[in-house]
Amino acid sequence: MPHRVSHPATRNPRQGGPGSTVGAARGNARVIQRRRDDDDQTEMGDLGDEFLQGRTLVKPDDQLELSEAELKEEFTRILTANNPHAPQNIVRFNFKERTFKQTSSVEQIAIHFALDGNMLHKDSDEARRQHARGGAGESHSEAALSEVGEETEAAAEEEGEKEEVVEEAPKKESLRNQFNFSERASQTFNNPYRERGTATEPPPRANFSATANQWEIYDAYLEDIQKQEKAKEKSKQVPAYKKDDEKVRKKLTPTETVTDDISRVGRASKIIERMVNQNTFDDIAQDFSYFEDASDEFRDQEGTLLPLWKFSYDKAKRLAVTSICWNPKYNDLFTVGHGSYDFAKQGRGMLLFYSLKNPSHPEYVYSTECGVMCIDIHPDYPYLVAVGFYDGSVGVFNVQEKAQGAVYISTAKTGKHTDPVWQVKWQKDDLDNNLNFFSVSSDGRVVSWTLVKNELIYTDVITLTVSDIPAEGPDGTQLQLLGCGTSFDFHKKIDYLFLVGTEEGKIHKCSKAYSSQFLDTINAHHMAVDAVRWNPFHPDIFISCSADWTVKIWDHNYSHQPMFTFDLNSAVGDVAWAPFASTVFGAVTADGKVHVYDLNINKYEALCEQSVVQKKKTKLTHIEFNPDHMIVIVGDDRGYVTSTKLSPNLRKLPKKKKGEDKPPIDPEVEVAKLDKILSLVREPDTQDQK
Amino acid sequence: MTEATETKKEEAHDYRRLHSYPLIRHTDMPEEMRVEAMELCVTACEKFATNNENAAKMIKENMDKKFGSSWHAIVGEGYGFEITHEMKNILYMFFGGATAITIWKCS
Repeated sequence: MPHRVSHPATRNPRQGGPGSTVGAARGNARVIQRRRDDDDQTEMGDLGDEFLQGRTLVKPDDQLELSEAELKEEFTRILTANNPHAPQNIVRFNFKERTFKQTSSVEQIAIHFALDGNMLHKDSDEARRQHARGGAGESHSEAALSEVGEETEAAAEEEGEKEEVVEEAPKKESLRNQFNFSERASQTFNNPYRERGTATEPPPRANFSATANQWEIYDAYLEDIQKQEKAKEKSKQVPAYKKDDEKVRKKLTPTETVTDDISRVGRASKIIERMVNQNTFDDIAQDFSYFEDASDEFRDQEGTLLPLWKFSYDKAKRLAVTSICWNPKYNDLFTVGHGSYDFAKQGRGMLLFYSLKNPSHPEYVYSTECGVMCIDIHPDYPYLVAVGFYDGSVGVFNVQEKAQGAVYISTAKTGKHTDPVWQVKWQKDDLDNNLNFFSVSSDGRVVSWTLVKNELIYTDVITLTVSDIPAEGPDGTQLQLLGCGTSFDFHKKIDYLFLVGTEEGKIHKCSKAYSSQFLDTINAHHMAVDAVRWNPFHPDIFISCSADWTVKIWDHNYSHQPMFTFDLNSAVGDVAWAPFASTVFGAVTADGKVHVYDLNINKYEALCEQSVVQKKKTKLTHIEFNPDHMIVIVGDDRGYVTSTKLSPNLRKLPKKKKGEDKPPIDPEVEVAKLDKILSLVREPDTQDQK
Repeated sequence: MTEATETKKEEAHDYRRLHSYPLIRHTDMPEEMRVEAMELCVTACEKFATNNENAAKMIKENMDKKFGSSWHAIVGEGYGFEITHEMKNILYMFFGGATAITIWKCS
């Protein structure tokens, strides 16, 4: 029978969903209401304004958006008496016919409620039996019957609201008991079951193949034994002082082929970094190895410096280069110290290790609180670097250890200088095999530092007194005026002899043995002596440069007058002898020029005067020759280090013999060369004006 | 000359003795597992020095117990192989101068 059902939206609000009760309307901010049709507006008088206020018409998010016309549309639903849950095609096994047969008709009956009653028809057998048995209890049973009847009537009423078919209650004995026990059972709600399934990824697999033969086994064992022997040999060659004498960057890690942690990438990435650098700066690398300035053949007394790589580091860009030092063991590694020469602008300092193979980034970086003024690398242990700071302290860095700062550092208690340290130099190990180095500073002391276990122990070697006459102090005490040392250099052969240059322009010849007196004093310059260096070949000659624009060469036997004087038109920052010849030296000036002299070729003029920096205002602060390659590195006050190659004219070497890679630098020949030149100069009576 | 040949012969016999320590040829096992597996192989081969099958049986059963199913073990002196193994579960080693042991997991 078709039964009209209007749109669900028009259901009576009283019977509506869970949200439309009064309490809910009051309590909840969002009440899900059903839209009411005007027809269904029932009395709400009692509930009144409160209810109205509380109500807010909120549409649920997922409610269908329908137009008015669509809402008025009426849908027809047809209700049938078929049980929708009943299966339509039941198949049963028929044992008689031994096949599966489909039952023709399926019961459409769904029983919602069944209650077994206990009423008996009074004419039935059971009732008569009971009647006969309990004639006395008839009235009682009647009462009971009537009670039961009422109950059943009530039950019948309930049943009447729902569809049902009452089964015929079988006869039951009337209970005389007041308390009718009835069974009640209920079914709790069983949560519906859901099926969930996933498929996991199988563990990753790999293929592997090999052959296991007798000879393979034999070969493998032989190889392994050889490897083990090699490892044993290496471990035997260990010096007493340090476990590993090799430099950190060339360390060979044991082949841990199985672990694949990131440390193995480190070594490969380093190699790749260098390859990339080499490719980027390919032309420079080619120039470094092969370029020879052809025009030098035509210019007899001139040479050029070919600029090669330029080294700079971001964090050190505003710091001046205060010292450079080549590494004695690895001829492409050099150390640069950064600081500031400006008294007013003192900041931090840096210590950088560069390799020529990687011009874009330093190999090692150390940051210091105070400006670095001078560095020196130990000739035997290339990982130990002695550093002098602007605040007067000295420190030793060990590159092999992963320390962030200095391994040893001197403090005020341990006798640090009171003024900037201008130069440090390693000495030979002392009698106890302790490392030691010397430092010179503006406070007028030359101090020797010894590394004993974990400490730096100092000894004053000499104090630089200015004059013999002590000055009068304020209390009438006698003070010794101290000069300010700015540079020193130790003699290559004679151990105890060294030179100290001072700010007053004097050079003192001193001995380690005498602490109060100088062996000799030379009034060398009018202004501070910036650098003093012994000639690497000739035992008597040394060179000095100063801010008074001059470079002078001296023979320490004739100390009253310089052998040669060169005027460079600008304050000279540094001067250095070339390691391959006794007559070649280079000097850098504050106007950004590098001057290279070869006394063999031209005694008066520079063979090369070249500006190697872009901006004219940059002062060049230091120069160093590479002991093996023909290059020179120059540091400036902007923090850049420029490397340049000497043209052939600047590096005249003795001719190569057949079959030799490098021409032997015969020291005697060099000394003889220099002697010849000096003899021209040294005539005491007929001295030329230089 | 005779001395040289004698020493060579000695070496030839000696290598069995010298090469008897366990030598891992290829593995991608984590450290602990590798050590345990290697020791197990050495024990098994020493115990069943004459019978490769029993050695392999012992290895396989013990690996199954310790590290889960299912393991495969080969003990022999001359064979070639190509296998698919679960990653981080293979060990290929030599022992005793002439024996090669391959174990891998693949279920």
